[in-house]
Amino acid sequence: MKATAEESPKKKEKIYDKGIEEGAAQLTQEKVHQVVKQMLAAEGGARLKAYIETCSHCGLCSEACHFYLSNDKNPIYSPAGKVKQTIGEVVKKRGNVSVDFIKDACEISFTECNLCRRCVMYCPFGIDVAYMMLFMRRICHKLGVVPQYIQDTAHSHSATMNQMWVKEDEWIDTLQWQEEEAQDEMPDLRIPIEKEGADVFYSVIGPEPKFRAQLIYQMAVIMHAAGVDWNMPATPGWDNSDMCMYTGDVEMMARLKKVHFETAMRLKNKRIVMGECGHAFRSVHDVGNRYLGWKMSPLPVVHAIEFYYELLRDRKIRIRNKLQQPVTFHDPCNIVRGRGLHEMARYVINETCKTFIEMHPNREHNFCCAAGGGVINCGPPFRNKRVTSNRVKADQLAEAKAKGAKIVIAPCHNCHGGLEDVIKHYELGMELKFLGDIIYEVMEK
Amino acid sequence: MHAIYEIISGPMVWLAFGLFILGSLYRLITMGRLAVKKDAVIFSYMSIFYALRSIGHWIVPFASVNMRKHPVMTVVAFVFHICLLAVPIFLFAHIILIYEAWEIGWVYMPNIAADVMTLAVIGACIFFLCRRLILPEVRYLTTYSDFLILAGVAAPFITGFWSFHQFPGHVVAGMLHIISGEIILVMIPFTRLSHMLFFPFTRGYAGSEFGAVRNAKDW
Repeated sequence: MKATAEESPKKKEKIYDKGIEEGAAQLTQEKVHQVVKQMLAAEGGARLKAYIETCSHCGLCSEACHFYLSNDKNPIYSPAGKVKQTIGEVVKKRGNVSVDFIKDACEISFTECNLCRRCVMYCPFGIDVAYMMLFMRRICHKLGVVPQYIQDTAHSHSATMNQMWVKEDEWIDTLQWQEEEAQDEMPDLRIPIEKEGADVFYSVIGPEPKFRAQLIYQMAVIMHAAGVDWNMPATPGWDNSDMCMYTGDVEMMARLKKVHFETAMRLKNKRIVMGECGHAFRSVHDVGNRYLGWKMSPLPVVHAIEFYYELLRDRKIRIRNKLQQPVTFHDPCNIVRGRGLHEMARYVINETCKTFIEMHPNREHNFCCAAGGGVINCGPPFRNKRVTSNRVKADQLAEAKAKGAKIVIAPCHNCHGGLEDVIKHYELGMELKFLGDIIYEVMEK
Repeated sequence: MHAIYEIISGPMVWLAFGLFILGSLYRLITMGRLAVKKDAVIFSYMSIFYALRSIGHWIVPFASVNMRKHPVMTVVAFVFHICLLAVPIFLFAHIILIYEAWEIGWVYMPNIAADVMTLAVIGACIFFLCRRLILPEVRYLTTYSDFLILAGVAAPFITGFWSFHQFPGHVVAGMLHIISGEIILVMIPFTRLSHMLFFPFTRGYAGSEFGAVRNAKDW
């Protein structure tokens, strides 16, 4: 239990964010008090009270957090340390906090916690720090103090029902473009659009048509080869992603999930299969449905890992030659701690790759990518902090590399963003892939 | 002196137990009502099976990853909590008092065991104090109330030991023992010691969410 932090916690470098600064400039002390008190009265319930009052300040959550471990065990980055600086202080002062306090609390809750819930597994009382950080974010949202980049994404969600300002015709055009491309390889391949009664409603996140259209291509090839009765919608509701869940805009989050579910239901599709994204899965399976009054999602929701697992288990797709390069696997928090898909993922890897090397810790105990929870979406101002605050991830990857791993598999878009930066910054020279990339590469077509 | 003893060993005992029991009920009921009003969702997701599965992993020593990462803390914390609860309940001197009043009694522990366990509690309190002072991640979180709570927990054990062994000043120590015991009882529902009441619910809820919704372990 040797600690390496200095006697007094190190101060952080000041980061300028336009959204935080200009949002805060609109506020007065009175306005802050009024809004925060309203929030505490309206939404501060038994969970918040029990968590704050039960925490015995034992510090045992610290080593759960990659921010804490990567910043030389500086206690300001421990989960309970972050609560102390944000919502803990809000509750203690009954909302009587300053504008400057809100700016700091905004930066901490939005950019120094990935809401990965690893600390819930390290706190003896099971205190959900992610819940408290989200509570703080919601207060910031109500006050209009939100990092600019993620707020822009939330605006896109409000205006277009997708994350990336993709227009309706651009979306359809992208699907048809990918269909045409794929037809060079498989002439009878189709990307069915608006097909009523299909078995699978396939939804993706906004960045797929925007930056990673090849993933739609690859999934079309997999669906085609497996003979799946599938379709994608032509209308808003195709995007399953949800940054509003992370900005504290729960009303907008509920609207997004409603459109997503209702689009699948309008088409009378039997179940939703989602692409390789973690936060979107959390939103559809765990969080967004609750705000709409559904205990669980109104129709079955299946993450790509589980879908690939089914296809391989049932021999719907066959593997030509397993991938030769040794691979390692990063367990994304939202589908492992969020859905327990880790063993299915390992099944898929063992079916498609010749050599699999575990990184440690793994499964529920894996370290977060430091990009999730909306942190990467807070954009360039916070990039350096995000990457340097994930040195433990670099160490973990380097260890897998030393054992021979050449490729890192991460079945989540945010993890890809985070790991890409980590691999580059720490010069690890590892290749990053989705499970779909590998299946596409090794399958019989 | 005798009059003070009469008060602290008579009406104040009733008051302390009354405040402890009613205070605990009050905390549990108000928290439950607040949950119904603001967090009704908790009741939908609470699962007895997964709650117990999680609680089980956290009340058995070394059954969670974090306990294995901190073996010294784990041993001290378990010894501390077991002794803290067992000594007052099974101490011969306490049982005798109850027997004299109501002619009911139960199994008691040998005095030597009580001595060892009392010293274990005091030792654990010193360990927790050192942790709070030395480990940066704990010191950063520590408030004055944490020291007061620690002192409050240690006091009945120190004074009890003092009084039982009739060290100089043991009469005063005996009275301080009674008073500090009463104070700690009253503190339970109204301070961070309320984790004694809320632990099953916070841990159980985490276990339910992790188990039933997320199909994952939380230990």
